[in-house]
Amino acid sequence: MNFNYSEEQSLISDSLSKLLSDNCGQEARKSLLSDDKDHDPAIWAALSDMGLLGLPIPEAYDGIGGSAVDTMVAAVEFGRHLAFEPFLASVVLGGSAIQLAGTAEQKQALLPGIADGSKKLAVALLEPEGRFDVGHVATRAIKEGTSYRLSGQKSAVIGAPSADLLIVSARTKGGTPTESDGLSLFLVRPDTDGVTLKTYRLADGRAGADIVLENVEVTSSDLLGSENQALDTIEHIADLGTSAFCAEALGALEKIIGLTTEYLKVRTQFGRPIGEFQALQHQLAEMMIDFEHARSLIYEAAMTADSTDAHVRKKAISAAKVFLGERGRAICQNAIQMHGGIGMTEDYELGDYVKRTLVTELAFGDVDHHLARYAGQL
Amino acid sequence: MDINYTPEDEIFRADVQEFLAAELPKDLSDKVKAGQKLDGEDFMRWQRILGKKGWLAPRWPQEHGGCGWTAMQVNIYDEEAYVAGAPRVLPFGVNMVGPVIIEFGNEAQKVQHLPGIVRGEVAWCQGFSEPGSGSDLASLKTSAVRDGDHYVVNGQKIWTSYAHFSDWMFCLVRTDPKAPKKQQGISFLLVDMKTPGITVRPIITFDGMHSVNEVFLENVRVPAENLVGEENKGWDYAKFLLGNERTGIAGVGGCKAEFQKLLEIARTEKKNGKPLIEDPLFAAKIARLEIDLRALELTNMRMLSGSGSGLNGAFPSVLKVKGTEVQQRIAELQMDAVGTHALPWQQAAMDPAWNGDTVGPDYAIPRMPAYIDRRKATIYGGTTEIQKTIISKALLG
Repeated sequence: MNFNYSEEQSLISDSLSKLLSDNCGQEARKSLLSDDKDHDPAIWAALSDMGLLGLPIPEAYDGIGGSAVDTMVAAVEFGRHLAFEPFLASVVLGGSAIQLAGTAEQKQALLPGIADGSKKLAVALLEPEGRFDVGHVATRAIKEGTSYRLSGQKSAVIGAPSADLLIVSARTKGGTPTESDGLSLFLVRPDTDGVTLKTYRLADGRAGADIVLENVEVTSSDLLGSENQALDTIEHIADLGTSAFCAEALGALEKIIGLTTEYLKVRTQFGRPIGEFQALQHQLAEMMIDFEHARSLIYEAAMTADSTDAHVRKKAISAAKVFLGERGRAICQNAIQMHGGIGMTEDYELGDYVKRTLVTELAFGDVDHHLARYAGQL
Repeated sequence: MDINYTPEDEIFRADVQEFLAAELPKDLSDKVKAGQKLDGEDFMRWQRILGKKGWLAPRWPQEHGGCGWTAMQVNIYDEEAYVAGAPRVLPFGVNMVGPVIIEFGNEAQKVQHLPGIVRGEVAWCQGFSEPGSGSDLASLKTSAVRDGDHYVVNGQKIWTSYAHFSDWMFCLVRTDPKAPKKQQGISFLLVDMKTPGITVRPIITFDGMHSVNEVFLENVRVPAENLVGEENKGWDYAKFLLGNERTGIAGVGGCKAEFQKLLEIARTEKKNGKPLIEDPLFAAKIARLEIDLRALELTNMRMLSGSGSGLNGAFPSVLKVKGTEVQQRIAELQMDAVGTHALPWQQAAMDPAWNGDTVGPDYAIPRMPAYIDRRKATIYGGTTEIQKTIISKALLG
């Protein structure tokens, strides 16, 4: 076993870290928010130049052909620097949806555009009634000759406001929302009649939307891959996204512990640095113990995220998500507590990292969801 | 021992309910129930209504306008007020400076200040914390130098809740910088917020809210008659005050109201087509929390009714630690209960003046901001770590 970054991965990590630390500070994020911008086009262009937007995309489609571990290395940096760029939405979720489900023609038509950044995708899998279960699909796609008509609702679609193309799960067969048979994926252009985006910011400042589909007409060439058999693919897409969310959290948590450690050294009370108090030393130690164990599980999640062995993959992804949900939240809470009032303020960066971790913790499944899924694999 | 309410208590509860139904303005309770932002006037309007009824200061002696209620009655009132959606009574006048003036103030101070507090007409804030002091409160630096019949005050206060609409601030200042111990040489001053030299600057917390401030004091001239008690003895009065603060801080009434809200959300949200509350994993979390809440409520009653604990002065710390943990856990489970609806950040929608489009059910909107906001509960009024030190000192000496 080898848990170290390869030379190429260190290069990805270093160059991305340099780009983001130069361009992605708190001030830059604030100005994006006040200008109502989803992300910084200059950073997006730079990511494209570096080839990072093609990281998990095969070389045949102008990508780099990297693994989910390479994706993780990049996602850690996006989390560490709190970048808004829709890497996770377009490249990880969008790219893997096309790769896992698309026909050769669809891959040829879409993957090069994702890899060079000219096309941005967003993937809509969750629904209001389904909580975190991507297999719960009430959205219907009714076939009419060579076209389909889609109706339904999708929740918490990260990256949707700036997406050129949406990928939507819908039921082409079957009665109840949780039937595993009868699910399909569709390509939907957001400007099609009947598509309504309710856009918002996620808690961490990134752009998202809830989507309402009312009798939206798409053609049979917009069916992504084959009909009725999409559940396994949908779960795999979500797992790849979840692995990347976990990696973002790893970057954010590392920064949170770094800020806290620094603060314990410089903040004095009762005449000495508060880091000299054993009560706080033990809390800090516990944060680090949790962090290192989270890191191990998140590494394993990334190493299995590409696997088509659903049993192995689901256990690893859910284990990482449960641990992150419980212990990652505790790390955030301890960090705020040890900072005292300053940790509660908007101007101090800790809160931004806490919100990013919260988003990663809840997106694609909270602790209960993944605990139950893990238990289902015993 | 008897755990049941007496018939007199039930009559009292009915009286409270009748009063709340008649006098609590609906626009206020709507705001509170929706988790919307309250401004200074919202708080003060309700305090004036309570003041008119004579119910604002239940724990004060009757001669100063208190109610003479039993501990059980105070608890019943708190529960009913929270369930009805009454704004919380800001503690600074009624629970903090009021009892200090009653206990240690002179006759003139009682005449000047107590009626305004008990009638809910004057808003107070607390000038204790300073940058760099925090839980080491006694290290405060703000100086007050005697100049004729005034003190000249210079320094900075921080985390000053509601200073932006307060009329008066009670303030700890250093009057003897040469005192051998840092707890000595501190005095307790009452400061009119309109005095020249006072600047209030907002601090926005990362839930996007404004309730705390920085207060800058630059050559502020405070009349010497605004000194409470004796010069350099302010630490004793502050300790008396903090004991009172930590009692109210358990917030049992608020916990019970928020717990009810959690149950409503868990009954409304769906998981696999069934109410979330029927999910065994989530139900187990609610059950554990309810047990903690019950333990807190009973312990609070024990303290209010003067039952012995072997901890003497440290009993409030026991309540403070547990009460704030329960508050945080409720806010946490409320957020978890709304699932994906917690992800959109719609903090602007918590302003009643906002009329944009929202996503998801209305009850979901304040959940993540409230989770974030509650993190402060284990920090203010003396951190959990400080409370544990107080408890272990009471045991170990």
